[in-house]
Amino acid sequence: MIDLAGPVVVAAGCGGTGRELAALAALDGVGAFTTRSLTLNARTGGPAPRIAETPAGLVHSTGLPGPGLEIFLATELPWLVQQQPRVVVSVTGASVAEHAEVARRLAQAPGVRGIEVNLAVPDARAHGLLDVREPFHAANVVAAVVREAQDLPVLAKVRADVLRVAESARVVTDAGAAAVVVGGPQAAALPDGRPAGLSGPAVLPLALRCVTEVRAALPGVPVVGGGGVTTPDDARAFLAAGAVAVQVGTALLHDPTTAARIAAALA
Amino acid sequence: MAATGRGGGLPGVKAPLHTTGEVLASKRVGAYQHLTVVAPGVAERFRPGTFVAVSVDGTRLARRALWVHGVKPVGGYGPALQLVVEPVGPGTRWLAERPVGARLEVTGPLGRAFALPKEPVATLLVGEGYAAAPLFPLAERLRERGCPVSLLVAAPDERRLLSALEARRVARAVTVVTADGSVGRRGSVADVVAGVLAQSSAEVVYAAGPVPTLHAVASAAEQAGAWSQTAVEQPLTCGTGLCHGCPLPVVGEDGVARVVRACTEGPVVRGDRVRWAELEPVAAVGARETP
Ligand SMILES: Cc1cc2nc3c(=O)[nH]c(=O)nc-3n(C[C@H](O)[C@H](O)[C@H](O)COP(=O)(O)OP(=O)(O)OC[C@H]3O[C@@H](n4cnc5c(N)ncnc54)[C@H](O)[C@@H]3O)c2cc1C
Ligand code: FES
Repeated sequence: MIDLAGPVVVAAGCGGTGRELAALAALDGVGAFTTRSLTLNARTGGPAPRIAETPAGLVHSTGLPGPGLEIFLATELPWLVQQQPRVVVSVTGASVAEHAEVARRLAQAPGVRGIEVNLAVPDARAHGLLDVREPFHAANVVAAVVREAQDLPVLAKVRADVLRVAESARVVTDAGAAAVVVGGPQAAALPDGRPAGLSGPAVLPLALRCVTEVRAALPGVPVVGGGGVTTPDDARAFLAAGAVAVQVGTALLHDPTTAARIAAALA
Repeated sequence: MAATGRGGGLPGVKAPLHTTGEVLASKRVGAYQHLTVVAPGVAERFRPGTFVAVSVDGTRLARRALWVHGVKPVGGYGPALQLVVEPVGPGTRWLAERPVGARLEVTGPLGRAFALPKEPVATLLVGEGYAAAPLFPLAERLRERGCPVSLLVAAPDERRLLSALEARRVARAVTVVTADGSVGRRGSVADVVAGVLAQSSAEVVYAAGPVPTLHAVASAAEQAGAWSQTAVEQPLTCGTGLCHGCPLPVVGEDGVARVVRACTEGPVVRGDRVRWAELEPVAAVGARETP
């Protein structure tokens, strides 16, 4: 597990390149910054509309647009590391080999403190990404990433499926993950039926249950929790359930100062 | 909450702020609600073409984007934002109903502003409905630079025609078109823009309005050999560049097709850079209430 500067972590995909967020709220108070999920090659993302508002939630299917690893390493990472020295790079890909290749390059990149493997992309197949449905798929990916990551700790973000999250957590830690991240988007659909993820306060109780499930089954495994965290009390609930850290994501889209404020409240 | 805002690493660029504002005045004019909102620091940073993102109705996560119609000093408060709201859905209706004294979470100014010409060239400003709002402060800035300003304002009807009287003050020539002919000429921007452009001898055209209108203006400008700057509205979620929910298909300086974020690389983009045909008409998505 990486050493965090504090228990509040910016979640993958909600902090932009870091610049957008840093313009509005200091990053140095948070425990770590997780990048958006990066792929080996650049991606343009999916068609519009990509996001819909629902009660207490957002349904999203962006298709994970991004610059690709090369440009990320050259243009985004150096700046980010200056602002927030604990940078965790979230990775995804179309195949196990692609995940491994990204991990291999990140292991050589100065400043990266950890890799978060995103095994919880709710609309993966629709966007040509590896669809990690079964826990053993997740274990395969994690094993390949761990092999290439050398000394970098690998965090495995698993599906926030209450019934299977403990099993997923078990197999990914067996495969070498240093910690599990639970509480990402729930599989959902946009109003027009396209596969998507649901995030925001609507999913918080499910995410909290996922944390308690994993803690009960695997008391020795560090769990990073998150999902709909908006207030300091939300964060405290995850920590009380046994999480070592709390991710703040969707709330940043509504109020970009949320992570900094919660971090200050918990300090 | 205290206002926050930092340099963002870009020298010379004033970063936007996230702050709690207050409604100082709210007035119905035709179909629109005109709000005066004090949001410390935001008005001072405003440049025409930028917008603000506001939070609505407590539990709604997506923010609502609004153009800035002007900045006006209000005694005891400093400069305040003039906003124009067309109540069309739950968020904009909620905003239109805010009483004086209500608090409002405001982030801004966001996005890229209209680029101003270096030379005092003739300009044409085209605005439709509430989206004409940013053209009024733009006209002021252009006049300060010695650029002659012609204005083409359009609306579905008289109730949605923005600030027709003020238009005569800021521009040397004003053309008004309404779809129902209730004021000015009957018709659309697409019907008249080529003629108005020729008359104005404008070298730069600025436009804000629905996508088909912007497309028509960009085409007319290209045919006339003029530059166009279009303020494109796409459904936004965060407005701050974080969510990637606002794809805008463009062609880059290098001729390569790209998808950029309408809120951050836009909302103002060169009209000849937008792949208009790929832009769906702005369709509202998400939970809709029945009024
Ligand atoms: C840069 C920009 C500036 C704008 N300026 C103004 C203005 O000055 N005055 C004004 O009245 N309106 C303006 N709009 C449009 C206004 O933001 C939308 O009408 C509003 O978000 C609709 O919210 P709603 O809840 O009332 O309606 P709904 O249609 O129910 O909205 C549902 C969801 O769709 C999104 N959405 C729907 N239509 C639009 C749209 N056209 N643009 C952006 N998001 C949309 C909303 O943010 C929300 O997430 C602007 C939009 C943009 C992008
Ligand atoms: S609206 Fe979120 S990135 Fe543009």
